This record gives sequence, structure tokens and C-alpha cells, in this order.
Amino acid sequence: MKKLPLSQMPALYAAMAQGGALYLPVDNAAGDAQFTRWQEGMELSRALNTVRSAKDFFFPQTENLVSFRMQGKTIEIIDPRTEGEDFVLFGVRACDARSFTILDKVFLADPVDSYYKSRREHGTVVTLACTRPEETCFCQSFGIDPADPEGDAACWLTEDALYITARTAKGEALLARLDGLLEDADPAPVEAQKAQTAAILAKLPLAQFTTRSFGGDVLMKAFDSPKWASLSEACLGCGTCTFVCPTCQCYDIRDFDTGHGIQRYRCWDSCMYSDFTKMAHGNPRTSQLERFRQRFMHKLVYFPANNDGEYGCVGCGRCLAKCPISMNIVKVAKALEGDVHE
Amino acid sequence: MNEETLIPKLGVVTDIRIDTPDVKTFRVVGLDGKKVFEHIPGQCAMLSIPGVGEAMFSITSSPTNREFMEFSIKKCGCLTDWLHAMDVGQQITIRGPYGNGFPVETDLKGKDLLFIAGGIGLAPLRSVINYVRDNRANYGSIQIIYGSRSKEDLVDYQEILQEWMTDEGVEVNLTIDREQEGWDGHVGFVPNFVKELNPDLKKTVLMCGPPIMIKFTLAGLKELGFSETQVYTTMELRMKCGVGKCGRCNIGSKYVCKDGPVFRFDQLDELPNEY
Amino acid sequence: MQSQLIERAKALLADGTVDRVLGWKAGEFAYDMTPALFSSAQELDEGFAYDAFCGANLSKYLVKESRKGGRVLAFLKPCDTYSMNQLLKEHRILRENVYLIGVPCQGKTDVETLRALGITSITAARQEGEDLVVETLYGQRRIPLAEAMAERCKACKGKKHMIYDERIGEEGELENPDRFGQVAALEAMSSEERFAFWRGELSRCIRCNACRNVCPACTCEQCVFDNPASGVDNKAAATSFEENMFHIIRAFHVAGRCTDCGECSRVCPQRIPLHLLNRKFIKDINTFYGEYQAGEEAEGRTPLTAYTEGDVEPSVVYTKGGND
Repeated sequence: MKKLPLSQMPALYAAMAQGGALYLPVDNAAGDAQFTRWQEGMELSRALNTVRSAKDFFFPQTENLVSFRMQGKTIEIIDPRTEGEDFVLFGVRACDARSFTILDKVFLADPVDSYYKSRREHGTVVTLACTRPEETCFCQSFGIDPADPEGDAACWLTEDALYITARTAKGEALLARLDGLLEDADPAPVEAQKAQTAAILAKLPLAQFTTRSFGGDVLMKAFDSPKWASLSEACLGCGTCTFVCPTCQCYDIRDFDTGHGIQRYRCWDSCMYSDFTKMAHGNPRTSQLERFRQRFMHKLVYFPANNDGEYGCVGCGRCLAKCPISMNIVKVAKALEGDVHE
Repeated sequence: MNEETLIPKLGVVTDIRIDTPDVKTFRVVGLDGKKVFEHIPGQCAMLSIPGVGEAMFSITSSPTNREFMEFSIKKCGCLTDWLHAMDVGQQITIRGPYGNGFPVETDLKGKDLLFIAGGIGLAPLRSVINYVRDNRANYGSIQIIYGSRSKEDLVDYQEILQEWMTDEGVEVNLTIDREQEGWDGHVGFVPNFVKELNPDLKKTVLMCGPPIMIKFTLAGLKELGFSETQVYTTMELRMKCGVGKCGRCNIGSKYVCKDGPVFRFDQLDELPNEY
Repeated sequence: MQSQLIERAKALLADGTVDRVLGWKAGEFAYDMTPALFSSAQELDEGFAYDAFCGANLSKYLVKESRKGGRVLAFLKPCDTYSMNQLLKEHRILRENVYLIGVPCQGKTDVETLRALGITSITAARQEGEDLVVETLYGQRRIPLAEAMAERCKACKGKKHMIYDERIGEEGELENPDRFGQVAALEAMSSEERFAFWRGELSRCIRCNACRNVCPACTCEQCVFDNPASGVDNKAAATSFEENMFHIIRAFHVAGRCTDCGECSRVCPQRIPLHLLNRKFIKDINTFYGEYQAGEEAEGRTPLTAYTEGDVEPSVVYTKGGND
């Protein structure tokens, strides 16, 4: 365990930004935390978490995949990528750190998504322990300890110091770079903070929430539940839940005519959208009920069925905070629990 | 598998055959004149005209064809309209192969095979039919029941007449929906035709066609005594990536693009009915 | 108030006037109400809620609900009745299939507004006199209700219902708030400053479509932005300019029909003040065509759909817009 006094934070940021970029949560014009490229003078947001998750850095909302130049009957294929920039993602919370593990299971599974992989390789994730979880938090339901987050390196902010420890080789390399700033530290204040946070976690309104009844073996029971009708009836069919979710990873691939050629890009898509499964000759999910069900079935049932019981949710609470009609995975899982138990 | 799954390769269209009023068969090779990649019967490829769109199509030629790939494509949307309007020599982009394909080297080996197709549904089966014909010793009897709206709508009609029907040990039963001049063959819908023909229960069935045909034919086969474990089909869903990541073709815990598109009906029974 | 609404809904269900009730359902916390249908007294007892957090405008749901057969009871706050009228004017709702009860509203708060005031980790909330008392994981907070109100409620058009079959509570008064202060401030900016302001605000857009999907004026069967045949459909901005155009085009599409219900800004996960675009249009319509409030009536012509010889010409709009 190493530490540095809080007065040294600007120097720490500068050191982290050296040779690449540093992104950290900074308050934006609306007063919300947003991962922002660090520039001198920027301060870490005091908010618990960012509105947009940290997935943007590995799976951006839009990304050019390939370009084409068309001439007559011929096509030229151009890989638009240049060597990526190394970056440090600082201040990632435990929930978002776990979301990378979940995204890895999709994008790094054979065949590997080279766009994602490259970003993962270039990024070093420095997490920050939570001390003031909010009522919408339920990461503990997924075995995540927000007081002791994963990541390449993990940090704890106390009143007077930042404690940091490396967890991976990448984290070790980062700490080696920061060595001049850091001093050896007694981990006692960190342990004390963990105990204090644990006491708060136990009192969270969703402390007892669990998705344990769900998984591949209840697939048809969950799918056939009559509750989907009332759960989905007010759904606006917007993409808010999907886009603020750190684990939602569905995407669309589209072509954009720049006037000089075609850019094929991918962008976030939402299974909540009416055209998600629409084909030239029909659509297997014509109602919002079906589309709504797909999103939650994917997270609670299909994803664990394919990934050793890991759910497609990290309990960050963003969908609880942001859904325009306040419908979310907690309400859905609680409502369905009885039906899958029978 | 191509390391860059989302970056396509180039192909060139070397022949365009008009099959029916709304189906054309496109012959595609790489710019070097060779096949772009090898495949298993039943697998698919993503074809695209940049700026128009990209979509998944069955590879209708057999892997035993060493020279080129073929795609029989029905005109039904933006991209397919474009493909139908293009001329020989046009370059297109192609990536794949995707999906599991039919188990031609395992479960189907040594079996008596019954192919049932409706309309453009013959496209994915043609690959298997020709593969099996080219590896004749490995399989038992072959029966093909194929129906379309009219004689003009029978895809690959010339190949059926000249190659399949003249092939010994291949039984071909054609039907069209309504009587028409110049047709002295069977008239009626595929599901009924299958029941009339009363195929041997030992056969393994490979079926593809419009959903309504599949539904009634499956019911008919069950009435005859076939079990769902004997019947394969191939599915079509919207796909974007082709490699089980974009989420579009996810049904239950399966991704049609990588776990399918070929499924046995007993496997489909375990999936939500969202296809 | 909540129990009064429940009792009335039960009575109308019991006597067969309606077969279901559109209202708000209590959630996990004090504030996360979900619009919901109730079809029995038991369901109403179990979940129906009406309090300071029931901000969602239910009128748009009636587009579909009024076509499902039977008759649905809907509770409408005063500002929701403007949306209702506008939807009726546009023939989107089958009037005979809905039964409308006007409910009083003292202004609504919402969790985003409280968060912006620094009140987070909310576990419970209650009204005590003129105050909102909020229990949080880290202690109690007390705040005057007037301060806790959503921005749109601070610019409330009044407590009078524009349409109802029956009303609970006294008839309210129209108010004349200063709705255009922020618009005027934007108008006072130089065009560069204004451009920078909107680029900054709209740069946060994640194209979730919540603003559009919640908007009672956005009831197209298929939105131009979802229609592949339109040539402008997209799911994400291909260029940074497009993300601005989505909102500007949407504001044009609802101009003259937007009642200023403020749902767009309420639901925006990125807290973009989208209602200011609409208010600019409302202000301009007032200036060029005379005072007009969309949704005051369910019939009649509107400034942008009725031609008069006194109409300003496009060139006049241009010069009056301060561009000469």
C-alpha cells in the first residue's frame, strides 16, 4: 500500500497523464460527474458516480469500423484505425470495474473484437473505493465490494491522503511511474474506511436484494410470466436504461456517406427500440412487452446461462436513477421472483 | 476465422442468373479469382454494398464447388434491390463464414435425407443437396420436396431439371400452389404434399421455407410419426455482427448467427418463440 | 388526497363507468413512481400513489389506451390537461373512451431536482406543512417545498384544469409566470455565445430518445428519425452537428403544439434544458401571431395551421428575429 497527501493530487494527475491521457470524473455544466480528459486545474467530482458509465472508453457510443472508397464498380477497403493512445481511467467505481469483466466476456470471446481489445490493452483502470453509497446502489448483490474495488490499481480517499495499491501488472507499471510521488503507507486507515463503508452497505435499502433465483434453468418460467405485461406497460421504449448501463453492449452497424466515401461505424443500440429486430419481411418482437422482456431476460437469465452464472448487471443503480418512468431491474426481478420460484 | 471479423473482404460478381421474377443467383469470387473463403453447407456470409447496407445471406453453393460461391437472393429490401440492379463485374464486400451449418459430417452421415423447401427456402438447402450429391457414398437416399407459388417462382429450376432429376438415387417432388398452363406436375401446398408422399420415417428431414409452411409441415411430419429430433431447419433473424456480439439475433440463451442458424426442432422447443 | 383519488377510482370501477384506471404506482423508494394501470380495488389499495413525486404526465398514454376497448379513467394534473386538449385537437385520443378526473397539484418535485440541490441517498420523503422533509442515508434534510420544485413547476401556467369530466378539489386559478426569462437571456447573447451554449448543452446528448418518446406532441406512428426511408434516420450522431439537429428538428416539429409541459427536460438523463428550445418557439409565436397557449382548447385552429392575411411573412420573421 502506498499513499500520497491530497495536496499532491494535481501532481499525481499530471504524472498519470504523462505519455498518454488521463480521464477522471469531473463535474460538467449540468453539475453531473462525467469522465473528462484531464487538464491542469481540473478537480475530481465529489459525486458518487458518473451519469454515463465508464464503458465508453472501451466501447464508445460511436466508432468507425472501416471506410470504403467507391469508384464505378470497384471498392477500396480502408482500415481507419491508427495506433491507439495509452490512457489511465481514474476514479472508476467498483461497479463499473466489474462491468469491464462482463464486457470482456462478450468482446474478448472468440472471435475477439479487435477494436475493444486494443482499447482494453491501452487502458489502465484505477478504481476508487466508495464511502457514501446511495440508496440506488446494489452492487453487493453481485458480490462486488465497493469499499475494496477491482481494477489495475485501487485507491481510497481519506480526509488527508490518497491510498493506492496495484492489483495487476499494469497497475504495478503505473505505480512504478508514480513512484516519486508515493510513499509507503500503513493500511490501517484504509481498513478503517472499509469497515465504515461496510456498516453503511448493510443498511442500504437494497442490501438484501438478490437475483439468485434467476439463471438459465428458469428460462421459460421467467419468459412466460404474466407479470411482463404490467411491468412493461408504461415503458416509453427509449434507450435511457440501455445507454447508461455499464454492461449493455448491443450495437448497430451503419454506413455514413461523408461525401468523399463511406464510413461504416458501429453505435450503441437498444433492444428496447422498435427496429432492433426488424427485417425486410417482418419483426419477431412487435410489441414493447417483448422488447422490454428481452432486456431483462438477457441480463437475468440468458447472460448467466452462457457465462457461468454471472449476471448482466453490476448494481450501479444508474437505471434506477435515470429511467423516465422509474421502471428498472430491481422492480422487475422482485416482481418475477415468485413466478420463477414456483 | 478472419481476425478482423468486422472488416470485410472484397468480392467480385462474375455471373448473375435470373432465377425467378424476384430471385437472382450471384456468383462471387475474390479479386484473385479464387473463392473468398471455405464454408460448411448451411453457413452464411455478410454481403454488402458500402453506403447501401450489409446483410446476412445463405451461401447457396456447395463447398464442393472449388471455384466460386453463389448466393440466391430474393429482392425484398434496400440492399437486395441494389444487388438486383447491379451488373456483372461489380465489386461487393463479403465476410464470413458465419454460423454452425448443417451437420453433414456427423449427424447426417449415412442417413436417408429428406429435403423440404418452399420458395426461396431452397437457397440454404441447395448447398447441402449438392454437397450430398457430390459425396454420394456417405449418405443414404435423397428425396427433395420443393414447392413454390408458380413454376416461374421455382428457384434453381434448370438445375433441378437437368441435374437433380437426372441423378439416380435422387427423388425430386415438385409442387406449385395453383394450376397453371404448361405445368403437369403436382399442384398444392407443401405441407399437404409431404403428407401425400408419406415419406419413410427413417429419414432425417432438412426443412426451410416461409414460417407458415414450416409450421404446418412440421405438424404434418409429426402426424406421420416423425419426431422433432429428426427435423432440422435454418433460421433467419436480423444480424449485424455475425459473431454473437451485437445482440440482435439473441433468442433465449442462443445467438442465431453463431449457435445457429441451423437448429433441430427439439432445440428450438427450448427457446422462446421469438423467431 | 391520495385516498380520495383511490376511493373515487374504486367507485367508478364498481359502477362500470370505467374498467381500468391510469395513475401512478409507488415504487421501491419514496420518489420512483411509475405510470400504471389499475383494474381492481385491490390493485389500487396495493400500489396507487399520488403525492409530490407524481410528476409524470399521463396524457400521452391515452393515445394507445383509448384504442384498447373499454373505458379508461385517467387522472390529470392541471398542466397535463393542456397536453390532453392538444392530443384531442390532433385526433390522437378517442375522447369517448376516456374518463378524465382533474386532480389538484401544488407543484411537483423529483429526485433529479433534489439531487441538484445536493440531496442524495434519499430513503424517504414527506410533506410537512410548506416543507419537504427528506430522510437520507446520511441524515435528515428539510427544504421548503417551493424550493424543491422542478423548474417547470416554478414556471407553472396555473392550477386550473383545461378539460375534465369531473374534478377533485377546488377549481384553481390561472397564473402568469415569467416563463421566458431564460429564453430572453439566451436571446440577449451574441449568436456565437448562444451557439456555444447550445453546443455545450447538446454535446451531452446520448440520443436515448427519452425526450421524444415521452413528449405528448411526438405521436407520429413512425418518427422521421426511425424511418429508414426518410434518409435522416439514425441511432447515434454520425457527426457532432447531427446531435444538435435532432433536437432542433424536434423543436420545429412540435412548434405550435408544444404546451410547455416540461416532460422533455424532466426525463433527460443528461439534464439538458430542452424545454428552452420549445419555449423559444412559444415566445416567438406569441410575438408574431399573438398570445397563444397550445392545449387551452381541444378545438379550433392554431397560429401555425391557420392562414390569415395578417400573418408575418418568413422574411418578417427573419428581420424580427433580430437578424437585420
